[in-house]
Amino acid sequence: MLAKRIIPCLDVRDGKVVKGIQFRNHEIIGDIVPLAQKYAQAGADELVFYDITASADDRVVDKSWVSRIAEVIDIPFCVAGGIKTERDAKEILMMGADKISINSPALRDPDLITRLADVFGQQCIVVGIDSFYDKETGLYQVYQFTGDETRTQQTKWTTFDWIKEVQQRGAGEIVLNCMNQDGVRQGYDIEQLQKARAVCNVPLIASGGAGEISHFSDVFKQADVDGALAASVFHKGIIEMNELKQTLKSQNIEIRLC
Amino acid sequence: MSAEKATMNVIVDTGCANLSSVKFAVERLGFQVIITDDIETIKKAKKVILPGVGTAKHAMANIRAKGLVETLQNLTQPVLGFCLGMQLMCNSSLESSEGEKVECLGIIDTDIVPLNAKNNRLPHMGWNTLTSMTDHPVFNGINIGDYFYFVHSFAAPISEYTAAVCKYGSEFSAAITKNNFIGCQFHPERSSELGSKIIKNFLKLDSTEILTS
Repeated sequence: MLAKRIIPCLDVRDGKVVKGIQFRNHEIIGDIVPLAQKYAQAGADELVFYDITASADDRVVDKSWVSRIAEVIDIPFCVAGGIKTERDAKEILMMGADKISINSPALRDPDLITRLADVFGQQCIVVGIDSFYDKETGLYQVYQFTGDETRTQQTKWTTFDWIKEVQQRGAGEIVLNCMNQDGVRQGYDIEQLQKARAVCNVPLIASGGAGEISHFSDVFKQADVDGALAASVFHKGIIEMNELKQTLKSQNIEIRLC
Repeated sequence: MSAEKATMNVIVDTGCANLSSVKFAVERLGFQVIITDDIETIKKAKKVILPGVGTAKHAMANIRAKGLVETLQNLTQPVLGFCLGMQLMCNSSLESSEGEKVECLGIIDTDIVPLNAKNNRLPHMGWNTLTSMTDHPVFNGINIGDYFYFVHSFAAPISEYTAAVCKYGSEFSAAITKNNFIGCQFHPERSSELGSKIIKNFLKLDSTEILTS
């Protein structure tokens, strides 16, 4: 049986792993390579490295750390941040990343998804979506440039329309960042993820809100996501990987134990 | 230089993207390996690894452009293919954006077809278990139920060449083998310790073990 994936996310700024609250006020957590190694050894199923400044600063991720990670890691990892062209993607994949994730550049140029999928294969093209629930309008809206609060802006897309669009264009996986929940550890946005699941036929990864073990079991059982991504609960040692996986396994969720 | 290369392990430079992760995986195990598309170096290699991600069409175009088709077809030393590298060993693949059949290396007499995932989502992406395997020496120490990392939407059906089985909606070949060639649909280089074990088994393999089987 295909296992549900537990995916620590390492937000990277200037070569350091950082974490903010609702995409803001970033604090330094530690160096990339030892943290990556620690999570791989602890039993993470995959890692995501997200250069949160890249799109906003209009520059490509500092690439040297990608190959330093690839040297030590024996689980898959994905790199996100500022990948705008086939050439950017190729460089990062060549350095050993298994997947690339695009977010703001896909919103600016949706055809980029198709071009990347054609060259590198659908399986390594992830589309990250930053979604904000507007309580006043009751709409789920896609945002871009979320790495820099001075440039963060709402797009013309509603979340579920964009999820459909990126699949048609060749996305192999979707990471849905629920911005209202990000960093506050009150649980994944189950309702939004259920709605996303209903229109998403490729692997769907939940992001934003993990605070305790029960949040992971809820999102797997109730929203049927393929993976759950989390950052601060792992970085701050609030949840221990092995205990998380043992608990999920005991609840009959398909999990790879290490 | 040439004497040194004769005993080298090589990774074939298929122009695909995951070359360095495969190289790092081999080096983590303490073995030396070079990435090359040089025909003589590949011919003389002790062991050959054929990696690959992306589309068969793109990879085969690269292999043809580099003039490597016959070289790869005629290798007599142990050859290990990963993911697309395994698929390239087959007769053909239906994986292309236009949906036409892509002619592959034709080393193993089977064809790559869409994975019949039934109600499951595609791509088949993540950690899945082997449901059976043969006693091929690369599987020494690997057990039924062990997890490996898969990322694909196309697969080799179950056939006489199947060396390991995985199920996702329906059963497919998680590994295929013929003579000195073995290919894994999963990514050993990204399958943690058990994946490393397969790579290590392959690199330590006494080539007579498989050439006579």
